[in-house]
Parts: sequence; structure tokens; C-alpha cells
Amino acid sequence: MNDHTIPGIGSDGRITLAHGGGGTAMRALIDGVFLRAFSDDPAAPQEDQARFALADLAALGDRLAFTTDSFVVDPLEFPGGDIGTLAVCGTVNDLAVGGARPVALSAAFILAEGLDLALVRRVSASMAACARAAGVRIVTGDTKVVPRGACDGLFVTTTGIGVIRPGCAISIAAGRPGDVVIVNGTLGDHGAAILCARGDLALDVALGSDCAPLNGLTDALLDAAPDVRCMRDATRGGLAGVLSELAEASGVTVRIDEAALPVRPEVAGVCEILGLDPLYLANEGKLAAVVPAAAADAALAAMRAHPLGREAAVIGRLEAPASGRGAVHLANRFGGQRVVTMPSGEQLPRIC
Amino acid sequence: MRFVDEFRDPALADRLFSEIARVAERIGRTRARPVTVMEVCGGHTHTIFRYALDARLPGNVEFAHGPGCPVCVLPMGRIDDAIAIARRPEVIFTTFGDAMRVPGAKGTLLQARAAGADVRMVYSPLDALALARANPDRQVVFFALGFETTAPSTALTVLRAAAEGVGNFSIMCQHITIIPTLRALLSQDDFAVDGFIGPGHVSMVIGTRPYDFIATDFHRPLVVAGFEPLDILQALLMVLRQVAAGEARIENQYARVVPEGGNPAAMAAIDRVYETRPTCEWRGLGSIAGSGLGLRPAWRAFDAEQRFAVTPHHVADPGACRCGDVLTGRIRPPQCPAFGASCTPDCPSGALMVSSEGACAAYYQYQGLKGAA
Repeated sequence: MNDHTIPGIGSDGRITLAHGGGGTAMRALIDGVFLRAFSDDPAAPQEDQARFALADLAALGDRLAFTTDSFVVDPLEFPGGDIGTLAVCGTVNDLAVGGARPVALSAAFILAEGLDLALVRRVSASMAACARAAGVRIVTGDTKVVPRGACDGLFVTTTGIGVIRPGCAISIAAGRPGDVVIVNGTLGDHGAAILCARGDLALDVALGSDCAPLNGLTDALLDAAPDVRCMRDATRGGLAGVLSELAEASGVTVRIDEAALPVRPEVAGVCEILGLDPLYLANEGKLAAVVPAAAADAALAAMRAHPLGREAAVIGRLEAPASGRGAVHLANRFGGQRVVTMPSGEQLPRIC
Repeated sequence: MRFVDEFRDPALADRLFSEIARVAERIGRTRARPVTVMEVCGGHTHTIFRYALDARLPGNVEFAHGPGCPVCVLPMGRIDDAIAIARRPEVIFTTFGDAMRVPGAKGTLLQARAAGADVRMVYSPLDALALARANPDRQVVFFALGFETTAPSTALTVLRAAAEGVGNFSIMCQHITIIPTLRALLSQDDFAVDGFIGPGHVSMVIGTRPYDFIATDFHRPLVVAGFEPLDILQALLMVLRQVAAGEARIENQYARVVPEGGNPAAMAAIDRVYETRPTCEWRGLGSIAGSGLGLRPAWRAFDAEQRFAVTPHHVADPGACRCGDVLTGRIRPPQCPAFGASCTPDCPSGALMVSSEGACAAYYQYQGLKGAA
């Protein structure tokens, strides 16, 4: 079906308010774009809800995991992904780092009047491909259209359910002194790629987002090291945000080693120019895992054997809190130490 | 990373720290008072804290963090003036990133944006000029901030706007110069700084000669330095060697970037476009004669304050904040009663908490609250 067979799409290929109006134009958009991309059987009757057999869920584990996230990004498409891959990976990863096997997602779209239908098709296609790669289905959704200017092109909200493997007790509060912190690869790739993709820096850097579903990696990790204590994907706020939460919730000092932090030279370069810190840049395919020291080798080996963990590295350890309060300390290459604080607001480039 | 890692080599840093300790020990034999070295530039402050350089200094050597952070010395009244312009419906107000979080008496530019003003972050004044060309029905204003480092690029942008006849572009000029402020600091009786690490980027434009008076009139050494940790350690060592020898000279550690004569083309652009204002207010320091730059009469058509008839006004600094005492090296940030209490990076009341180059933000960011008195 090409763009012209969807009622309400003119020769300029743009979304109009009619596509959110509940009538034939909306029906055609859903059938012609979203169902085609997401459904195994677009001809099946469309109910108002997706349905799951409890027995199928129970076969995967003993607890349900449930999470939601809304996605806004400028630009909507960037090297390494688009808003759709972010929306699928973000929710899959939020399930995976809880030890859950993701089962199904919902996808709700808020489209701005005037949005290019071809872009909606591309985003839907990349969501479908990403969901396939992650082994989850997109089973329900919603579409709204708002007047031009009321939203920044396209907002996507995904909600996901997953089933937590039996016996898995991962928690941000479960870190203990002596545990080891591992990340699955280079830090700040997504944040730096988005900054460069906006184009206003005129930086010509070959850098893509690290956006990827991590459930395959977390499965491999949990198989190799079932007693993983904590996992978090390091999205907004970067690794610094995640480690600050870990320190506070677990009541430990997280001591990380600057020399051990994996950072691509391109990302380090962007940070040097703009006065930013890779520790605070967003990632969309990176997690921090806290494992008991005895399991560190097995965990690291399992991560490195996975395509999304080849550059996995031990970056630090947990210690008893120095001041009675959790904190993140970074040992730099000079033998000095500094406190890594929770990010406050947006990182803004410095003047000079 | 080439040209970066070489200046962050831990083995070389160890050697510099050892040599600094040796010279400091020699100084300690002849005087009881610690040696205080002021790094003038906010970029240096940032490096010192990011690499925790101060943590490994001998007990009788300390840094005082100087006034060379353009965002930190922005007076509250000027932010209010900027917001008054930004609120006009026809205006697109552009500025560098970290200026957007500086609080005036009536909030920040970020808050003004939330309330409907069209405030945009740019990376260069040329970006603002491009916006003006692209939006001929709007007035584009660039908030021109910074020392001689950024003044030339603003000047060249004004010249280009004039040459192209871009009538909807103007600047709110808040360019400042460091030399009169250093002189004002040195003229204070209780200014207990023994030597300076001089600003690298400013010196790249003005050269090293304008600092001569610091050695000749005030008998203090100054060493112009780069921004990598080894640059700062080497410059500190050079200052300490002069202190140990009782000397006061202007030296250049950053010769790979800073020529003695500066950048004549940049200085010519500054001279062509700006004139020295009779006086200029610095947050925390008050008014300092001859420390600000304004547009020359020939370019006044590009002066946003004239175009929008803004009368600059003065707002007293917040009472609890002791930004001025920190900027002059009299106290360290944790000794300010507002530090970490009513003034934090999330909710800064003093400007030194706003920019990552500000001494208070750097203390808070990299040392947490452990230094609080």
C-alpha cells in the first residue's frame, strides 16, 4: 500500500488531524502503517486489548514485570537509530535489567499534524525490526494527532510486560561492600551521537547511538552469574546517575577507576570540545551490573562473549560507606579522588 | 587521544608533584605562611578540581580561585536586562549554554524560556547571525559574553552583519577584560596572593606583555598556562620557583599556543569594534573602572540595549552569598554560609555555583560537602 491509498494523505505525504479523528483516515493509518509493521496477522479481528494466556507467562517465571516510558528526541532519526528503536530498546531494557524476559509491548504515538508519513513508516519499520531482534511482540497501541506545534513531530510511549526468572532477586538496594561493578561497553555513545546529529555543532564525527535491546545480554549474564545483585541501564543521567542511585539505595561507597572506564576516542573528543563528561552522557545500550567478587570473572566472560558486551569492563567496586552515607568516588589517573554527584539538570556546554 | 593524553601522563605528573614538594619545602624553611597561588581562569579551576590536583599539593601550597569565569561574574542586573529583551515577542534571544542558568533577581533565561520567551542556545555568534538571516521578520539578539577569548568572534560577527546589511541582528554586549580587575585585586591591602597562573585563552589573544605590571608594580610572578593537568602543575612549579628565589617575572608555560605578542588580528578586531566602558560591574566584586567593553559609536546600530531602549540597572547580590570573598581568595567556597545550603548546583544563588568553571560548583561537584566547615 503506498501513501496515496491512505485517505487524508495528500500528494505531499503529510499527516493531518483526520488521522487522529477516529474515522476512516485513522483506521487506514493504523491498518496501513502500524498493523502492517507490528502484527503477525493483520487480518485478525482487532480487539480493544491484547490478551495473554497466564499459563504461557507462568512457564517463563514466577513474577510479572511491568514498565512504561515516553520518548522524545531531537532529531527523530539519528545515526544508529531513531525514536522508534529508542522506544523499543528503552522499555525492553527496563524489563531486562530487572531479570525479566520481555514478552510484549504497547506502543502509543502522538503525531504532529504535518508529519511526513514516510517518516512514520520508517519509524514503525525500525520498531518492528528492533522488537523482532529482542524477541518481543508489539501487541497493542494507540494513535493521536495534535495540531502542528503542539508536539515536537512525534512522541512515542511504550509499555512492556515481562516475566522474571525464578529466584532472581535483582535490586538497586542489593549491592554489598566487596561487590564488583561491570559495564558492558563504551560510555556516552548515544548522548554524543545525538549532540552531533543535531548539526548545530558542525562536528564531523563518525559516531552512532549504541541503542540496542539488552535482554539477550542480561540472559547470558544471569545464566553465567545467577547471583547478580543489581543491574541498571544507564540512560538519561548516564553512568553517574545510575551509580549515584546505587550508592544511595545500597548505602555503599561506589569506587570507580577513571582509567578503567571504556570511552570511545570520538566521544572523548566531543566531550573535550564541549566541556562535557562522558559519565553523564546518555546511553541506550549500556548497563551497569553489580556482582559478588567471586562471580566477577564468570560475569565478565559471559558479557564479553555476547556481541553487545565485547568491550565489557570491570570499572569499580563497592565499599562500606566512608561517611555513613552512600557516595560515588572516582579515582583519577593522577592518584587523586573526586566525588561524582548526581547530575543536576541538563549538561550545558561551557563558554570557553 | 593525541595531543591530550600527552598532557595527562600520570608518570610525568608524579615527577612534577615531587618537584613541587621539594620547592615548597625549601620555601617553608624561610616563611611560616602558606604560598597562595591564584589561578585566574575558570578553565583552570575546572581542571584543578576535575583532576583533584589540589589534593596532592604540599601543606604549604594552596590555590585561590580567581575571577576569570565570565558566567560567574555576570551581575544579576545584567541577567534581568537580558530577560527584559528576551521577553519581547519579536526577539529570538541567543546565548552560550551555561549563561542560561545564571539567576538574576527575576529568574534565569531558562525560566524566561519556560514562560514563553524565545531563548536559544548557540555555540558561536555566527550561529546567531545565521538565525537572523533565516528569520528576517524577527529580531535576533546575541548575548555577547566573555573575555578577550570570545570578544574577537563577536566583533567579527558585528562587522559581517554590517557588511551584509543584516538589520535584524544586534548584540547585548557584556564583554569584559581581565587586566583592570587583576590590578584592582592587587591594589587591595589584604590581597594575600603570592603569584598567579595566568589565563591561557585570553593570553592567546592579548599576549603576555599586558601582565608586566604585575611583576614590576606589585612584585608577583605570573605564569601563563595551558588547560591540561600537566600544564597547570608545570606552571605552578614555575611560580613556586620564582617565589623561592624571591623573583617576580612574567613567564609563558603555554608557548605552544600563546605568542608573546598575542594575536594582532584579533586585537585589531577588538579595537575596531569596541571601546572601553568607563566602568563595569562584576558580580561579587562591584564596579571596576575600565574593565568592560561596549560598542563604538560606529557600530551602535547593533547595540541591542539601544535598539530596545533597555536601561541597565543594578541589583544587589544575594545577602548570604560571599562570592566576592571567594573570588578574591579571602575564603574558600565551603566557608561561605550559603555553600551547599541555600546555594547548590540545582538551585544556585551565587553565580560561582552556576558554571562548572565556578569555584563553588567545582568544589561541590568534585569534593562533595566534605570540605564544609
